[in-house]
Amino acid sequence: MSSELLIKNGRVIDPANNIDEKCDVLIIDEKIAEVGKVEKPVQTVIDAAGKLVAPGLIDIHVHFREPGDEEEETIASGSAAAVAAGFTSVVCMPNTNPVIQNETDVEYIHRKGRQTRKTHVYTMGAITKGLQGVELAEMGFMAEAGAVGFTDDGRGVQDASVMLRALKYAGMFDVVVAQHCQAENFTGNGVMNSGYYSTILGLPGIDPLAEEMILWRDIQLIKKAEVRYHAQHISTAGSVELIRAAKKDSLPITCEVTPHHLLLTEQCCAEYDTNYKVNPPLRAEKDVEALKQAIAEGLIDALATDHAPHLQSEKELEFLTAPFGIASLECALGLYVKALIEPGVLDWPGLIRLMAERPAKIIGVDKGTLGKGKQADVTIIDPNAEYEIDVNTFRSKSRNCPYHGWKVKGKVETTIVGGEIRFESESRY
Amino acid sequence: MALKRKSKQFKWHRKHLLGLRELSAEEITYILDTAEGFEQISTRSVKKAPPLRGKVVVNLFFEDSTRTRNSFALAANRLSADIIEFTKKTSSVSKGESLLDTARNLEALGIDIVVVRHNAGGAPKFLSRNINACVVNAGDGFCEHPTQGLLDTYTIRKIKGSLEGLKIAIVGDIAHSRVARSDMWAMTKLGAEVIFVGPPTLMPPQVRQLPVKVSYSLDEVIEKVDVINMLRIQFERLGGNPFPSIREYSHYFGLTVERMKRAKSDILVMHPGPINRGLEIESEVADGRNSVILEQVTNGLAVRMAVMFLVNQAAAQQK
Repeated sequence: MSSELLIKNGRVIDPANNIDEKCDVLIIDEKIAEVGKVEKPVQTVIDAAGKLVAPGLIDIHVHFREPGDEEEETIASGSAAAVAAGFTSVVCMPNTNPVIQNETDVEYIHRKGRQTRKTHVYTMGAITKGLQGVELAEMGFMAEAGAVGFTDDGRGVQDASVMLRALKYAGMFDVVVAQHCQAENFTGNGVMNSGYYSTILGLPGIDPLAEEMILWRDIQLIKKAEVRYHAQHISTAGSVELIRAAKKDSLPITCEVTPHHLLLTEQCCAEYDTNYKVNPPLRAEKDVEALKQAIAEGLIDALATDHAPHLQSEKELEFLTAPFGIASLECALGLYVKALIEPGVLDWPGLIRLMAERPAKIIGVDKGTLGKGKQADVTIIDPNAEYEIDVNTFRSKSRNCPYHGWKVKGKVETTIVGGEIRFESESRY
Repeated sequence: MALKRKSKQFKWHRKHLLGLRELSAEEITYILDTAEGFEQISTRSVKKAPPLRGKVVVNLFFEDSTRTRNSFALAANRLSADIIEFTKKTSSVSKGESLLDTARNLEALGIDIVVVRHNAGGAPKFLSRNINACVVNAGDGFCEHPTQGLLDTYTIRKIKGSLEGLKIAIVGDIAHSRVARSDMWAMTKLGAEVIFVGPPTLMPPQVRQLPVKVSYSLDEVIEKVDVINMLRIQFERLGGNPFPSIREYSHYFGLTVERMKRAKSDILVMHPGPINRGLEIESEVADGRNSVILEQVTNGLAVRMAVMFLVNQAAAQQK
């Protein structure tokens, strides 16, 4: 017997099909069967009046720390956090211990994800073995095993000839090569943005140019290859200009922006709170404005959290020694609403486009839309529900979240993954 | 004890001394006034006073230091405190214990004042948030060295009477200098004009946003200033190769006898020590009649006594 699920009377937003109207979504088994007025009686009905019904959200940049650092996060805990935040797909970064660098590693991530039965768990593989930036990892085998892209995230590929080789080689497969743009020999031991605040706080700085010079270099390199390139977590006004020029030249480049680079600035580090220590670092106000402007212009392709969980005991160190990273997966939607919808940078369809449709395109999966026959990944959102972020309620194992106590709007009500309800908020009852 | 108080109605309330950036001119003046009262203890035949009797001070030093550590130890002794020495080499830090765990363990032993030196900017502030004892910053990374800033300011005030309107050059590796930062905050708050002098490679990012003037030429500055503070070239902190050679550095930024001929006759020559003779300062200048380098050391004792006295008093009042 087939299972049927009807979502009634919601505001259905499906940017891929230019839909933004009050109607119903019928799911039969794992697929979207119909979007429109559905009158037939079905087993399960969700009343979505006053709610938004969107294609399942996709976060293409998370660190779930498994294998290796399961005390910080596991695929199970991260996935539970993801569905609670409305994400029906996530992409894990390969900088685990061991590094995800062969097909067995990729299969391990997939198996753990399937067993958890929460969100779809994808992974990128390493570009180079051990993230050392020297020898290429087995990109072909990993792509065949289902890796949706490659990156040495956590660091960038430093050597231009190695990067060119990676870009050319990856061109054989339909995958994206993603880069954490940062010149290490220019970054030194920096721990925050280089500028007035690093000077008065006596902390070594990371100059925006460290990001921009690698991004500039890669933009030149992709002209010599035939592959899709994705700049991860860009953070500076200068990077926006480089992306603008590259897109004008119709180069196959995409980029993402994190919530923290839209909401926080280097000034947040003034009290040495290590929850604000993140890489790339929090930048200046003008950088935040440039990123928002780029989003308004459509230059940014995806919003991604770079969810980077760490233990409290690791973050309870001196600013100089504590690890980089902000855990924000579980409150991401409310943060994007605050950063982008409330100031009028985006409307809801615009936000859904950057959280579902476009991310799916970047990683090359047939998702991010409510088109008929597509896999039924759906997120139902109450756009007006206001709540206070409380790290103690997180399903994620880590608490390194600087947004604790923030009041945000936009709450996930129901998350449906492959036609199955995987998360329902308590407020629905 | 006859404490000379210029600002009688003022009440000190801080139980930590983390940096001078956050202090008001009034607070800085109050510390200096308090230090004046303590200065004469060192001239008595019995060099001891009782204010910290029964209190425990720990010298928690994660970086090498001789003079600052000894100065704090002696200051604590003069105030009758008991003092524990804790250095990185003899502690369990090398076994991977975190700063926080170390501090909590020390606190469990019942200490009252932690004097901390650490290579990480903000480490004292971090400690102050996590333990109950008073925290006194004895130098954190290249953020601040507040007692040095205070003793430099004290030394100038003692000789010149006031800092108001003085021109003060601070010369050398500004980028990596906590002394330059603490001096800047204290001296500008008390009305002096501070000029940072050094090559652009040794200036911190966005130096123009700081309340100072910047010059790349010691020759242009030397005639104008009332005080010159020569920073030590800290070879252990210099990254890369910020100047081509020591000889070239000395040529442009060394305080030589030749340069001194063009300085004001009553210029004060200062140096936080230890000096690299012949590098940033020629021996004849370091030992010359304008040099107050050893007075700085003496005054440091009074200033550190004042600081420990005040934070302890504030802590007692908050209980």
